[in-house]
Amino acid sequence: MASVRFERRIGAPADQVWSLVGDPSRITEWFPGVLGARVEGDRRTLRLATGVEMPERILAADARTRHFAYRLEADLVRFHLGTIDVFELGPRDTLVVYATTAEPDTMALVIGGATDEALDAIARQVAAPEE
Amino acid sequence: MGRKILFITTDQQRYDTLGVNGGQVASTPVVDALAREGVRYTRCQPTSVVCMPSRASMLTGQYPSTHGAWMNGVALRVDAPSVAAALHDRGYATALVGKAHFEPFLDPFGRYVENALSNLGVPTVEQPWFDGRVGVHRGFDLMELATHGVLGPLHYARWLRHTHPEAVEGFYPVLDADLNVNAAGGGDTGAPQVRYNDVAREWYHTEWVADRTIAWLEGLDPTRDWFCWMSFPDPHHPWDPPAEAARRVDWRDVPLPANYPERREERERLLDAKARHWRLWYDGRVVSNYEAPAHWVPATLTADQVREVNALNAVEVELIDEAIGRVLTVVEARGWGEETDVIFTTDHGELQGDFGLLFKGPYHVDGLVRLPLVWRPARSARVAPAVVTAPVSLVSLAATFLEIAGGERPAWAEGDALPRDDATTPSDAATVTEWDSDLFGVDVHVRTIVTRSHLYSEYGPGALHDGTEAELYDLAEDPLQRVNLADDPRARARRVELHQRLAEHESRPGERATPGRLVAPV
Repeated sequence: MASVRFERRIGAPADQVWSLVGDPSRITEWFPGVLGARVEGDRRTLRLATGVEMPERILAADARTRHFAYRLEADLVRFHLGTIDVFELGPRDTLVVYATTAEPDTMALVIGGATDEALDAIARQVAAPEE
Repeated sequence: MGRKILFITTDQQRYDTLGVNGGQVASTPVVDALAREGVRYTRCQPTSVVCMPSRASMLTGQYPSTHGAWMNGVALRVDAPSVAAALHDRGYATALVGKAHFEPFLDPFGRYVENALSNLGVPTVEQPWFDGRVGVHRGFDLMELATHGVLGPLHYARWLRHTHPEAVEGFYPVLDADLNVNAAGGGDTGAPQVRYNDVAREWYHTEWVADRTIAWLEGLDPTRDWFCWMSFPDPHHPWDPPAEAARRVDWRDVPLPANYPERREERERLLDAKARHWRLWYDGRVVSNYEAPAHWVPATLTADQVREVNALNAVEVELIDEAIGRVLTVVEARGWGEETDVIFTTDHGELQGDFGLLFKGPYHVDGLVRLPLVWRPARSARVAPAVVTAPVSLVSLAATFLEIAGGERPAWAEGDALPRDDATTPSDAATVTEWDSDLFGVDVHVRTIVTRSHLYSEYGPGALHDGTEAELYDLAEDPLQRVNLADDPRARARRVELHQRLAEHESRPGERATPGRLVAPV
């Protein structure tokens, strides 16, 4: 089991960041390679650019604490836990922490690498002028 | 019409596996003939001894410390310079068929283009270029991709799984259940990464790469200039060629390599004379990089296993040679024979028993840093056949391709075009190989310079080295690199000189990309 954690400080309101990452159907807007997301209750199925469908279970989407937790339930991992925490540091100052724990260890590196890029996308997305 | 360019690469092929380079095991008449007709280089060096940085250097003409893809698992930035893009600008049709590996393989989300193209069903996608324009990905009109196995999203794996699913099980599983390089033994001797593969030869990736290259060439307007990078995944491990061909070389008849010390005491004495990570790896105490199986101890490698690996490696080399012959026949049949330059090389070498080791890593000796390189210039260019003994580097390929196309070396390319003979190379010619790795907290940093007379490596401070270690070999007196002169007082002046030249390499002018992030092991 291995863990990796990435964080970004984003110049946007925490509620705005949370509205993006806390909505499980909006993952297509910020997670690299995810082309589609189907949400049914606590199940989310991602359609990936490789053509693969990846099932997930949503464990928490707590707007009060701005905490999102999920598990990949695909064959490529024996265990996975991903968490995203959004902390309000100021009116337009937000810390986003994206943690991954996985087995095999290699998958923590692989998934973690994608989450690092996802944080960049989140920062770009909330920085974009709202229509 | 200008000159066409057929750029052929293999993966992890030693210099001495070609007949024309003195190889005794594989028969390589096609590449040997190209060498006799063109320019054969006897001291070609990669910029890195692992795939991604080395391949990125071929494409960009830059060292890893410049292009930023410093290790496997670090993607070449999407807007890196590309010789394919420069040729595309000159009107060339461009294709890469086979193994690209500018982007990590372990990418389940498909966030890298290489891993998404097959599913997208398009030959390429538009991406930002290094000069601010948008164009086809890395300059290629078509990327049709393959790697060593049949898992994953690349074109070959998808094709085989779809059209011949019964053949999938015949391939050796490159990775184990923990996604480490598999240590499981196979074949007759229990050697790691060895299997006799039931796949039909015509479905094997070597044939597929040639078939898809031929398909692309046959679809071209005959008057069009073209650049085709035909990139075979073999003879990189796993050594699992089609069984119908695998026994054509009987491993029992394969001689042990000249640099395989049969007595354990001798192996250990030689390893102890090198920097400390050599012996640590041999004993199974450290695995410094992902490219060798995490759960395999080199000290367990037997002489018969070396023979069997080398036999199957030779079979894979022969299959590639025969596949190249098929493609060259098509080039001639289409009327391009006089106007086509053919360049054959590989991305790095393989230890294949040298010093009792297998695979690759931060071990910069000839097994890994001396590569086959053959350039058969277009016959219309009337270049005299030659053998170049001066050190040259794969970093020169980009400038060479542009020179063939009538262009000049672009500002972003660090390497000059390849020389066509020894007379035009400076007496102090030298080339550099870089290594930087960080695997779960074990970091290793090496810089190696090769001159006409010496091979010198310096180890930077890291988890296994304190920054004082070095290796210095006299290539004339010690061609197997067994006697480390780094601490020999008689070689002190040479070491000082080569240290200075490495320092000049480190401080060379030019813009460097920010080193990329390590996002996967491979």
